[in-house]
Amino acid sequence: MKTPLSWLKEYVDIELPTEELARRMTLAGLEVEEIRYVGYPLPEGDKRREAKITGFAWDPDEIVVGAIHEVMPHPNADRLVLCRLEDGEEEHTVLTGAPNLFPYKGKGELDSPLKVAYAREGATVIDAYSESEETEYTTIQRKKIRGVDSYSMACSERELGISDEHEGIIILDEDAPTGLPLVDYMGDVVFDIAITPNFARDANIIGVAREIAAITGQELRYPDLDVAQRGDPIQGKVKIEITDPELNPRFAFGLIENVKIQPSPYKVRLRLKLSGVRAINALVDATNYAMLELGEPLHAFDYDILQARAQEAGAAAPTIITRAAKQGETLVTLDDEERQLDDFTVLVTDQSGPLALAGVMGGAASEVHEETTNVLLEGAAWNMINTRRTVMSQNLPSEAAYRFSRGVHPELAPQGVWRGLKLMHEWAGGTVSQGLVDEYPLPPEDPTVEITPGDVRRWLGIDLNVEEIVSILESLAFTCRVSERLSVNGEQSSVNGEQSSVNGHQSLTTDHYSLITVTTPKHRLDIGAGVVGKADLMEEIARVYGYDRVPETRMADALPPQRGNRELDIEEKLRDMLVNLGLQEVISHRLTSPENEARRFPAGEAPKEVYAPLVNPISPERSALRRSLLASVLNTVEGNYRIQDRVAIFEIGPVFLPHEGEELPVESPRLAMAITGPRSLPDWGTAGTREMDFYDLKGIVETALGALHLDGIRYERGGNPSFHPGKCADVFVGEEKIGSFGELHPLVRENYDLPETTLAAAVFDLSALTALVPTLFDVDSIPNQPPVLEDLAVVIDEDVPAEKVAALIRQTGGKILTDLRLFDVYRGDQVGEGKKSLAYSLVYQHPERTLTDKEVAKVRKSIVYRVERELGGKLRE
Amino acid sequence: MLEKIGEIKKTALDALAKIEGEEGLDQWKVTHLGRSSAIMDVFKNMGSVPKEERGNVGRTANQVKQALQAALDEKKEALHQAEIQRALQEEKIDITLPGYAIPRGRLHPTTQTLREIYRVFADMGFQIYRSREVETDEFNFQLLNFPPHHPAREMQDSFYVDSGEERGENPILLRTHTSPGQIRAMREFTAENPDNPPPVRIILPGMCYRYEQVSARSETQFTQVEGLAVGHDVTFSDLKGTLSDFARRMFGKNVDSRFRASHFPFTEPSAEMDIECFLCGGAGCSVCKHTGWLEILGCGMVHPNVLSNGGYDPERYSGFAFGMGPERITMLRYHIEDIRYFWANDMRFLEQF
Repeated sequence: MKTPLSWLKEYVDIELPTEELARRMTLAGLEVEEIRYVGYPLPEGDKRREAKITGFAWDPDEIVVGAIHEVMPHPNADRLVLCRLEDGEEEHTVLTGAPNLFPYKGKGELDSPLKVAYAREGATVIDAYSESEETEYTTIQRKKIRGVDSYSMACSERELGISDEHEGIIILDEDAPTGLPLVDYMGDVVFDIAITPNFARDANIIGVAREIAAITGQELRYPDLDVAQRGDPIQGKVKIEITDPELNPRFAFGLIENVKIQPSPYKVRLRLKLSGVRAINALVDATNYAMLELGEPLHAFDYDILQARAQEAGAAAPTIITRAAKQGETLVTLDDEERQLDDFTVLVTDQSGPLALAGVMGGAASEVHEETTNVLLEGAAWNMINTRRTVMSQNLPSEAAYRFSRGVHPELAPQGVWRGLKLMHEWAGGTVSQGLVDEYPLPPEDPTVEITPGDVRRWLGIDLNVEEIVSILESLAFTCRVSERLSVNGEQSSVNGEQSSVNGHQSLTTDHYSLITVTTPKHRLDIGAGVVGKADLMEEIARVYGYDRVPETRMADALPPQRGNRELDIEEKLRDMLVNLGLQEVISHRLTSPENEARRFPAGEAPKEVYAPLVNPISPERSALRRSLLASVLNTVEGNYRIQDRVAIFEIGPVFLPHEGEELPVESPRLAMAITGPRSLPDWGTAGTREMDFYDLKGIVETALGALHLDGIRYERGGNPSFHPGKCADVFVGEEKIGSFGELHPLVRENYDLPETTLAAAVFDLSALTALVPTLFDVDSIPNQPPVLEDLAVVIDEDVPAEKVAALIRQTGGKILTDLRLFDVYRGDQVGEGKKSLAYSLVYQHPERTLTDKEVAKVRKSIVYRVERELGGKLRE
Repeated sequence: MLEKIGEIKKTALDALAKIEGEEGLDQWKVTHLGRSSAIMDVFKNMGSVPKEERGNVGRTANQVKQALQAALDEKKEALHQAEIQRALQEEKIDITLPGYAIPRGRLHPTTQTLREIYRVFADMGFQIYRSREVETDEFNFQLLNFPPHHPAREMQDSFYVDSGEERGENPILLRTHTSPGQIRAMREFTAENPDNPPPVRIILPGMCYRYEQVSARSETQFTQVEGLAVGHDVTFSDLKGTLSDFARRMFGKNVDSRFRASHFPFTEPSAEMDIECFLCGGAGCSVCKHTGWLEILGCGMVHPNVLSNGGYDPERYSGFAFGMGPERITMLRYHIEDIRYFWANDMRFLEQF
């Protein structure tokens, strides 16, 4: 919210330097995001700032209030005029093309001179003709324009950095003192304040001024609402019918007659502009000004139009009815849009139909216009939820809707109307009718909350006495009543009843047994009741006391039971292990599309899968939650292979699996890996290393699972359709399948923008895996008996899996076979077609004694015998 | 005979002196000390030496043999030393050539930052609690004191999940913050002992989602770490102490922090914590927008409604909560300009960590 300091200063004295004020406001919750200097010098130097600093300074010696006494034609140019201007020191001839001076051309000496912003020779102003994005400046120099000397100028708003307006020059109010430096006359500083939803009550000058008063210890002044009511009583001229007080707790009308539509004073228009609101005419400006000042949005109706509509409907006077819109109803709003209305939209209507979207925007048919003379001014309170829904549904954000959709206290309605009428009368003349028509069927309950200094201690960790607490709350307009309480067996109870009033609490000394009964002021809707209200008051106390004054303490409270997080511990261990194995961790977008993920199956073979789709995706590529982590890592490889041919990655994260009958999808943690490219990084010493394949990935899998000490891992030929059917394994722990891996199916690879190099990938179900990880494992003693080492090669049919041979050897070797390692696989002439040779090194060792050659030979013989008999192999000599 | 032995010795030593490389020594040993060498012949032919001379000849021959062996050892050692000296002189590599590349894995930068956060809070007794990413409106908003149509919801535009059924004001959505985990954790703990639930000290990390246009400054998904401490005597000053301690551990032991009043529906009082800009030391720079402060986290005392919804009686328990964005912290620390880098998984980004 853009807030001119000059306006705030009408209601609170400000003694702090500007930036210090901004800092204090920011700490108290009114974050000042930008400080804009309008005319005043910007702070100099390179030191740190409380907010973004912007603005343009007007040199007090060179930019002053000037008075134009006569506007004369230019001898050589129709589009230019010459002004006889006095600047408090001497008279000048000033040349300008400002269209708003043309009406005065050739009229001779003006009855009352036009006051303007005059820039003397040598003054620096903003270059209004620059096309640069950045603001550029220009210094006014003497030159001849169409044969006439020009050395100074009357400025537009753009030239002074006030607004973008450059259609004409600024014409100031008549009372501007000629020769006064312009900055002294109308310089300002504008704070742009970020208003959080709970500070909606402060989205106005009085609200901000009240906060400043509280945090700086000043008194708040209140706007003048006293209006001379010289007209007839308003009663009988309009009726109000509220059909649902929940939607419309209060509705008030005031009437002003015989106004004259004209511009409001320049200073008013300037203030509105600096506040970010367009100046229109005195009537509209008055409603906006009163709203910005008090926070009560107003709406002005042309009374004669309403009267005419009433008579057409056969009534003597208009009856204004507020109600929810009906199905199919429409309204043309004052932006000339025809709007289809929702049943939650609240309407202001009369006997003939809708007039306005309550609290959001007026209708075109009944708004004030250039010929309006009689104005009915509405101040009301509207249900914030309905207002909010209407704003969203109609996409109609407005200053009024902003406030009503965050809650405006109904007490403000008549205040706003009186303030609006007073300003209209000041700026547009007319006669204000006596009284208001005011329907107020649903006054809000202004909560009363009981707090004690002990509560302050318990919530905030600070010791404040009753006087300090009361003083803080009263500075924000809360009403406090203090009563004495006694503690009986630790329970507090009220025995003496009310002891002292707001002004009489100085006699109390037993602070911790004093009860403060706090009543919410009639402009706030954000304070709750009971314990919620207590929390709300704690925030107010802490803010005004100063968050920075609250000490830092370390928690003295009991520690909670130790629960640990086993799943995360195992995940982190896996991450470390995979990183140690040379894999890069990636984290992908979890929003994807079913089409993208279907690519992980051979074309035409994707099974039907149920996704959790988004109602409001931001793009078709991110339209659903992922079901496959394999798809995620394949996307990453695809995105990287053009940059580097070696990619080795893993990702840990959930996939989202909707289940019939379950409210929310199952979030199942997965681990996926993908490797492709050369085994080592390209460098000058290791040219031509081989590509990574199934066995590289299997090595990673074995090592990672080995690090978790999983018992009984088995690899079986797998059937994962993403992988090459001949190069795919399922991983089991006991009977439980925990994952699968393999080389990518060639038809799947074709679905991706990938080169024809081998890509091996894996997916694991982490919840299955985690459940199987043992907490503890046994460590074998280091044997002190010498081992017997020997090698053994067997020739066997190609289709006998190696694991089967190894299992047989292990089983036959029994306890004394302590290690078995495959060190060579050979196929070729020496073993014959359809055969392979598997060469193992074996370690025999007995824990307690030295093995004899005889014992070892016996075991070896059994192994060979079983290989021959059970697997049809034979010893390779 | 003795003369002949002298000759043998001289011949052998002369030959030895001429040898220039270690490879010649073996041949010399065969020739001059081997089985059929001249000196060995002396021993073999001892029978032909007159009896009275045998003692003298044998002694002398033995001395010569030993002398030759010693000369050989000495020569061997000298040549070995000479060889090492030569190698040290001559063998020189270009030490400026790059080392052989070794593939290395790394943790994602977000994981790295998360782990630092975990560690600091673990030291202060906070345990890690993880919770689901797809939530109901009830858990993501309503139980956290955001009633339907609450204005604060505007700051957290949600992705909604199509559940195929009309759910009214309790649609399914992707959590916009990790805070629904507060409710799930508190309910889990209060179920254990509803009348006297245990204190809570947890952090809740995880992925969150917001409906936002993707740009260098905002992404549709981001991680968050939430913290929650609940007990009989947890105060706003404890909140300040805990988070200031965190800032000093995370950003430097002299880093100053400040707390500004702010608003979150699920905390009251609420605050934003700024830390002194660690890039300029608080002097003002472009990163801190010349304010000297960096906004790091939002925090506050847990709202009574939230405590109640978790099963904790707000008249007996109080607590504080906070939330921060690991990506933002990572970006500030490493001068990362574009948040989109985090999930784009470009190796040229990830391999810099």
